[in-house]
Amino acid sequence: MNYLENRKYVIQAIFIVVGVVFALRLFYIQVVDSSYKQAAETNAIKTVIQYPFRGLIYDRDGRLLVENTPVYDLMVVPKETKQLDTLRLTKLLGLPLEDVRERLKKARAYSYVKPSIFYQKLTTEDFAHIQDNLIDFPGFYINARTARGYSHTSLSHALGYIAEISPKQLEDTSNYQGYRPGDYIGKSGIELEYEKYLMGQRGVKHIMVNVRGIEKGSFKDGAYDTLSVAGENLYSTIDLELQAYGELLMNGAKGSIVAIEPATGEVLAYVSAPFYDPNLFTGKDYGKNYMNLLKDVDKTMFNRPIMADQNPPGSIFKLVQALIALEDGVINPNTTYACNKSLVNCHQHPSPLNLFGAVQHSCNPWFFQAYRALINKGKSPNTFMDTALGLKSWRDQVLTFGFGQKLGIDLPGEKKGIIASPELYNRVYGENRWKYSTIYSLSIGQGELGVTPLQMANFMAIVANRGYYVTPHIIRSVGDNGKPLKEYQEKHYTSVSAEHYEPIIEGMASVVSSGTGRKASLAKVGIEVCGKTGTAQNPQGPDHAVFVAFAPKVNPKIAIAVYVEHGKWGGQSAAPIAGLMIEKYLTDTVTIKEQEKWVLSRKYLDIKSK
Amino acid sequence: MPVEQTIPKYKIATRSSKRTSRSILNNLDWVTVLIYFLLVGLGWMNIYAVVYSPDNVVNIFSFDINSGKQLLWIGTSVILITMLLAVDYKIYEHLAYPIYGFIILLLLVTLAIANPIAGSRSWLDLGGGARLQPAELAKFATALAASKFLSNVNLRQQNMKDQMILAFITLLPPAIIILQNETGSALVFGAFILAYFREGMSPLILIIGASAAAIFILTLLVPKLYLIIAIIVLMGIAIWMDYRLMRRVKSMIALLLLIIGMIFSVDYFINDVLQPHQQNRIKALISPEADPLGYGWNVTQSKIAIGSGGFWGKGFLDGTQTKFDFVPEQSTDFIFCTIGEEHGWIGSTVLIALFLLLMTRIVNIAERQKSVFARTYGYCVASIIFFHFLVNIGMTIGLAPVVGIPLPFFSYGGSSLWSFTILLYILLAMDANRAQDLSR
Repeated sequence: MNYLENRKYVIQAIFIVVGVVFALRLFYIQVVDSSYKQAAETNAIKTVIQYPFRGLIYDRDGRLLVENTPVYDLMVVPKETKQLDTLRLTKLLGLPLEDVRERLKKARAYSYVKPSIFYQKLTTEDFAHIQDNLIDFPGFYINARTARGYSHTSLSHALGYIAEISPKQLEDTSNYQGYRPGDYIGKSGIELEYEKYLMGQRGVKHIMVNVRGIEKGSFKDGAYDTLSVAGENLYSTIDLELQAYGELLMNGAKGSIVAIEPATGEVLAYVSAPFYDPNLFTGKDYGKNYMNLLKDVDKTMFNRPIMADQNPPGSIFKLVQALIALEDGVINPNTTYACNKSLVNCHQHPSPLNLFGAVQHSCNPWFFQAYRALINKGKSPNTFMDTALGLKSWRDQVLTFGFGQKLGIDLPGEKKGIIASPELYNRVYGENRWKYSTIYSLSIGQGELGVTPLQMANFMAIVANRGYYVTPHIIRSVGDNGKPLKEYQEKHYTSVSAEHYEPIIEGMASVVSSGTGRKASLAKVGIEVCGKTGTAQNPQGPDHAVFVAFAPKVNPKIAIAVYVEHGKWGGQSAAPIAGLMIEKYLTDTVTIKEQEKWVLSRKYLDIKSK
Repeated sequence: MPVEQTIPKYKIATRSSKRTSRSILNNLDWVTVLIYFLLVGLGWMNIYAVVYSPDNVVNIFSFDINSGKQLLWIGTSVILITMLLAVDYKIYEHLAYPIYGFIILLLLVTLAIANPIAGSRSWLDLGGGARLQPAELAKFATALAASKFLSNVNLRQQNMKDQMILAFITLLPPAIIILQNETGSALVFGAFILAYFREGMSPLILIIGASAAAIFILTLLVPKLYLIIAIIVLMGIAIWMDYRLMRRVKSMIALLLLIIGMIFSVDYFINDVLQPHQQNRIKALISPEADPLGYGWNVTQSKIAIGSGGFWGKGFLDGTQTKFDFVPEQSTDFIFCTIGEEHGWIGSTVLIALFLLLMTRIVNIAERQKSVFARTYGYCVASIIFFHFLVNIGMTIGLAPVVGIPLPFFSYGGSSLWSFTILLYILLAMDANRAQDLSR
């Protein structure tokens, strides 16, 4: 029987093999495979995000432009719903049965054990009512957070809005690091541009929960917890009262008003008409409202002041031409040209005129001839090449006025506009196949020119400053003790030296005192307004009306551009609006009541076109 | 041996009892005793870790929690050990059959009068909240009876009748236990095969058993057709390597048909023989991820708890999975999860090493016994502990189906601790007195 003793080794070998297999298996699941660690965390550690208050936005006088209001989301944890009375839930929420079922299905599909939003943004009244009944609905609870709120209805385009982060943004982890599904993020306007300041820092709390989801204390005594830090407040340059008045004046029309403080580049008013109530995007009907506005034929969502860059500026651009011509020395204030209607059409006015008269009467043939002198300087014997050289030199100077490029305002979506270039005509006509007679309409602000209302207002700031601009901006400082943002401190000088602005300003003053811009006059209250009317032809219908102005003439405080789509005559529609805005801003009151009445009546839309 | 039996039996034992007890302590296998107390003590600490709650700390000794109660069981076990070592070691051999008979009776009584607890009628109410599970005690009783039977000098291993009797002794308790609906405890009796193997049982039975188990598991994992093709190919290779097998072509074909029959009866076995909860345990073993919240819950959560421990573990009392009830039956059947989570791979491996040390030590102790009875009994002890070790740890790491049997010395519970203590210390008592066996 001795051989049986060797079986001892067989049996011990079996023991050891099993032990080694166990140790190897344990090594695999404990050390090699890390998925169990994550599973354990999702199991037992509940991370509660502490949402910070989003930064507030104030206007230039300390009035709240954007605030936070509490909203309540109804949350559900599918695992904890027991004997759910679906019918009563439908009554409580006022939803159809299928909708409730659909929402439950969605929640279950997201996670059986984790909370998901069952019903978003309950109103305060609904919240109170539902809260009282929730005791009968295990697994449901209310999650309070803050949403944006507005105590006014203005400035929607510039303020922008916030909404849930999109799946696409979530995937883009390089730009949207740290965001989680369901987070709110700036989608447009200031909310988007200043997202990193406004969002603040989320806090995270790690709470241990048992298998039934009951909290069992903080994980590692809160060693991994972080506190939330509120977002920074923003201080805007907008004058809310002026803004609201501008919107009142533009109500029912289409177009833009941009008003800038010339010395600082601060945007005082930013009207894009038609406009919408920013509160539309905060409630539970956000999605519906958004789709309605997107489909809207008037393109309400279109941010006109910085995006409408396809429209030619019209006669206001004559000022630019005159300034460059003066700088280049091809004209002087005393240069006279006859109003030769065979060159280009014009209206009745005295002739011939010097620079002052040409600006006052907006004489088309005068600018035809002045611009020809500017473009064809005879630098090349070949007239085609000479035109190209002249246009190139002219264009370089136009760009120094901020045209044809993004000004760099602190709002997303700004457009560049178009300034005619030799390359553009070469493409259309071929090299050396075009000359002044091809491009002469540029002289009066028509043709291959596209200028945004913001660029027009900025141009007025340049004239008011006699030669420079500060990049227009809508936020002055970030944080409660924040210094003015330094990117908006620099003066950008144009190619035209200061002394050449004076004769232009004289002409602009006369436009308002006795020319086409009389409806903007504030002589009654002793304010000298300098302005220029414009009319831009367009294929969609009646001409667009433009009026640009600044005031007072000496030491100007406000530069403004008013663009009324299909407003027909700059002097009739845009000028009175500009006058009203200037008075409102400078004196806080409106005395030119007949002008206000005229604008609000919209009668300017009925004037017969020329 | 027959010569030795002529020496007066009780001469030494009737000397000064003081000397005897001293010699028992001198001859006691202290290594095993040390491992025993290490396992019991570590088990106790882990039972405390399971019930520990950071927001409501209860003293480890409090009788309100399991660790306090376990301390009571440990204390009574020490008394039990003293008693087991104090009584004459020969009593176990002499009383092997009466003890066995008594336990069989107890099992039957339990079956008859027990109130079902979770579908199981295995608990005998002792009054005053104390309960006893006779199925636990059946292990050492059967070990005693089987050893006694195998130590019979007139036994002939090849005798069909003797084999039948041995099988009857071994299978009667599990049959009753299955009727009590404690299938897990009944499976433990399969472990006796290892002991019988040592005592001369044909290795063929071991091999056939292992092969059958392998084919059973493979059938669950691999499509039947592939499995059959694989077996035919294997047989072909065997014949090619040893052409003499060609002469046995008939038995080869018979074997093949038997295997194919078995493969096809697996479905029938699972779907029609096993109870639904047993079916689920098989399913949970194969694919716990198919229903992680249902039948896969135990295995999934157990693996998560152990897997989250990492190399070094989360630290004593710092586990979250076992503590917060994610793992069911955490202080009894799934106690290993606490080790895995709080003490990591290092802790788990140390525990496994302790068990390997204990089991190989017991085999060595068994081998040094002079009587067939003591040796067989020693192997029974090692086999039973091994089976528990295999299935209990195996199920927590997804290598064995979930069978509700405790980890020896470690899991919470009085019946289990007592039963293993008795099992082990009867062997140690006989081992301490083995010198007297020699001199008789």
